[in-house]
Amino acid sequence: MQLTGAQALIKSLEHEGVDTIFGLPGGAILPVYDPILDSSIRHILVRHEQGAGHMAEGYAQATGTAGVAMVTSGPGATNIVTPIANAHMDSTPLVVITGQVATASIGSDAFQECDITGITMGITKHNFLIQSAHEIPRVVAAAFHLATTGRPGPVLIDLPKDISQSKMEWWYPSTLEELDLPGYRPEVPLDDEAVAQAVALIGASERPVLYVGGGTLKSTAHLELRAFAERTKIPVVTTLMARGAFPDSHELHLGMPGMHGMYSAVTAIQKADLLISLGARFDDRVTGQISSFAAGAKIIHVDIDRAEFNKVRRADVALQTNVASALRALDAAKATPLNLDVWWKQIRTWQERYPLVYDEPTADGPLLAQHVIKAIAAQAAPGTIVTAGVGQHQMWASQFWEFEEPGTWVNSGGAGTMGFGVPAAIGAKVGRPDRTVWCIDGDGCFQMTAQELVTARAEGIPIKVAIMNNAYLGMVRQWQEMFYEERYSEVYLSADLPDYVKWAEAMGCVGLRARNLQEMHDVIEIANQVNDVPVVIDFRTDTAEKVFPMVAAGASNDDIIVHPLQRGDAR
Amino acid sequence: MSPEPFLGADNHAPVRHHILSVLVENKAGVLARIAGLFARRGFNIYSLAVAPSEGNAQFSRVTIVVDAESAPLEQIVGQLDKLVNVVAITDLAPRDAIERELLLASLTVDNANRREVLDVVANAGASIVDVNALSVTVMLAGTPGACDDLEKSLESFAEVTVQRTGRVALPRLGPTATA
Repeated sequence: MQLTGAQALIKSLEHEGVDTIFGLPGGAILPVYDPILDSSIRHILVRHEQGAGHMAEGYAQATGTAGVAMVTSGPGATNIVTPIANAHMDSTPLVVITGQVATASIGSDAFQECDITGITMGITKHNFLIQSAHEIPRVVAAAFHLATTGRPGPVLIDLPKDISQSKMEWWYPSTLEELDLPGYRPEVPLDDEAVAQAVALIGASERPVLYVGGGTLKSTAHLELRAFAERTKIPVVTTLMARGAFPDSHELHLGMPGMHGMYSAVTAIQKADLLISLGARFDDRVTGQISSFAAGAKIIHVDIDRAEFNKVRRADVALQTNVASALRALDAAKATPLNLDVWWKQIRTWQERYPLVYDEPTADGPLLAQHVIKAIAAQAAPGTIVTAGVGQHQMWASQFWEFEEPGTWVNSGGAGTMGFGVPAAIGAKVGRPDRTVWCIDGDGCFQMTAQELVTARAEGIPIKVAIMNNAYLGMVRQWQEMFYEERYSEVYLSADLPDYVKWAEAMGCVGLRARNLQEMHDVIEIANQVNDVPVVIDFRTDTAEKVFPMVAAGASNDDIIVHPLQRGDAR
Repeated sequence: MSPEPFLGADNHAPVRHHILSVLVENKAGVLARIAGLFARRGFNIYSLAVAPSEGNAQFSRVTIVVDAESAPLEQIVGQLDKLVNVVAITDLAPRDAIERELLLASLTVDNANRREVLDVVANAGASIVDVNALSVTVMLAGTPGACDDLEKSLESFAEVTVQRTGRVALPRLGPTATA
């Protein structure tokens, strides 16, 4: 069967089981947009290529399968660089297809030419510049294999226009060998000796902590984690990238560690004699000052990526495997710590003394973002997916929403990409249409990518967006207040400019506003009744509110700053 | 690139340098991927040599001398191994490796120093590969240390241009095979 390169690309995507492409056409990718008309794949036309990338990320994080985005060459390609970098930091499986100028024009500074494989070399797991129509099926199959196996990540395929217009005889690789990836070995055999050493370390531990990272979700190890934790009674902390990997309601769960982590989670790590790191990478937002991080703890480091071992913290035992198989091996070996009663007693006193707190909100406002998030959560259907931008609202969402299952928390962790929330929510809703999707956003973040609500309305994707409108770039303001002597520099945004309700309405969404507690309850109720179009709520929140607990950047986790309501207590 | 001079004695690189023999797919952009990785991770390359390998157009062998003080070797190897086009990495400790390098040098000569130049070349085991009335081109294929020595000996002459290839290396064969 003779196909054009463009037809072969779409057919290859169908072969990989792709049901949705997020994209925006242009000159160099134009040939590929023609066979889309005849394909079963749904194409979602975005308003900016960054939106396509973040939607694909939201889709991937919510479904656990690769998200797919397609854009044109030049500015189309550069506009999707931020989502690619974001997916690279958070190990999100993504396949991004970019159009490229015709092969003969490459290197000539042709119209809308840019070296996107060069630009993305450092922020993709791998990228391809297609050389012939014949190799399109192999490259597409290889891209999905690379994106979704081992440590997942973004893969970019750059497709010159002349190749998408040329002819090829249809084929599709049926074996891994045909993918021609001689240097790619995502899995290595489990090291039995390392497992035995890990079992011994666990067996000798009195104060162990399960330090659960995003790799636990990537390897769908939540059931193995739960079984292991319940059998061993080892306390669990879940990083920002692992929220939902272990139920927040579970008695063994201490919550999130790190810069804005729970006091009990942060302190349990600090006092631990053994950290069992499961697909976590000792990020600086978790460790604080590295020299004093869990200084008395031995480290069992489980990671599929061996480059993570000893990168930040020396591992006593390194287990190169996925989290699920590591936990199965530890369980099979009956790894069991010593009696943890004393340890748990100590942890319970921290939990009782330093729970998450915030001031009592006053009836007539301003609202407190923490209270708004709890109110939304209280009315949300079980299994609701929450996305966030980056900043104070993101930390509060992670702290105050109770996550009970994988894929319900979608956020930008490593890269900290403001504007992630709205497009990620759209992607998540497309991937999981059965679920309610709330985006907890900040006013600064919302203004970066809000135009994608036009996409959501046009495509019939009814997400709900809650803007925590404190009129500031709140997290930067918090740092300027605490560390720059309240010298506020370029952080004021205004609560009234833009008018978020009118903006929402102009984009075809329901726009609502809440200034006090009564309005807050009313608008949440209205929002929950709207299920056909997107809803945007402008919650007017307190400007001065800060995220606590907090470990200052570079400070030791021992110097955690608790909420003002809790200060003066003996620690 | 490290600006530090290479301090090694004959065939013995100092501890802070390590030699990686890297088998890569012979595909467009592979060298850029390696160089880019080293640059963005802050690893220093001391020298780098690359050529098609093992009579097979599919693969190339890259010999990278790395500054293991810029980052732990384990980290360099781990990150390098993640490049999809990298097929195999062999870490060659200097004592376990055969290392060779090619040096070319051209210098102006006159009747006064011609004899002296020829003596230096002969003593170094180098050869004259090009010559005319005013200048000579000298070649040495030898250990990095021998190349260092020759380069130093040539410094005193006028208008010397030196080009070195950077080292290539392979594992030293087992005890039964070494002389």
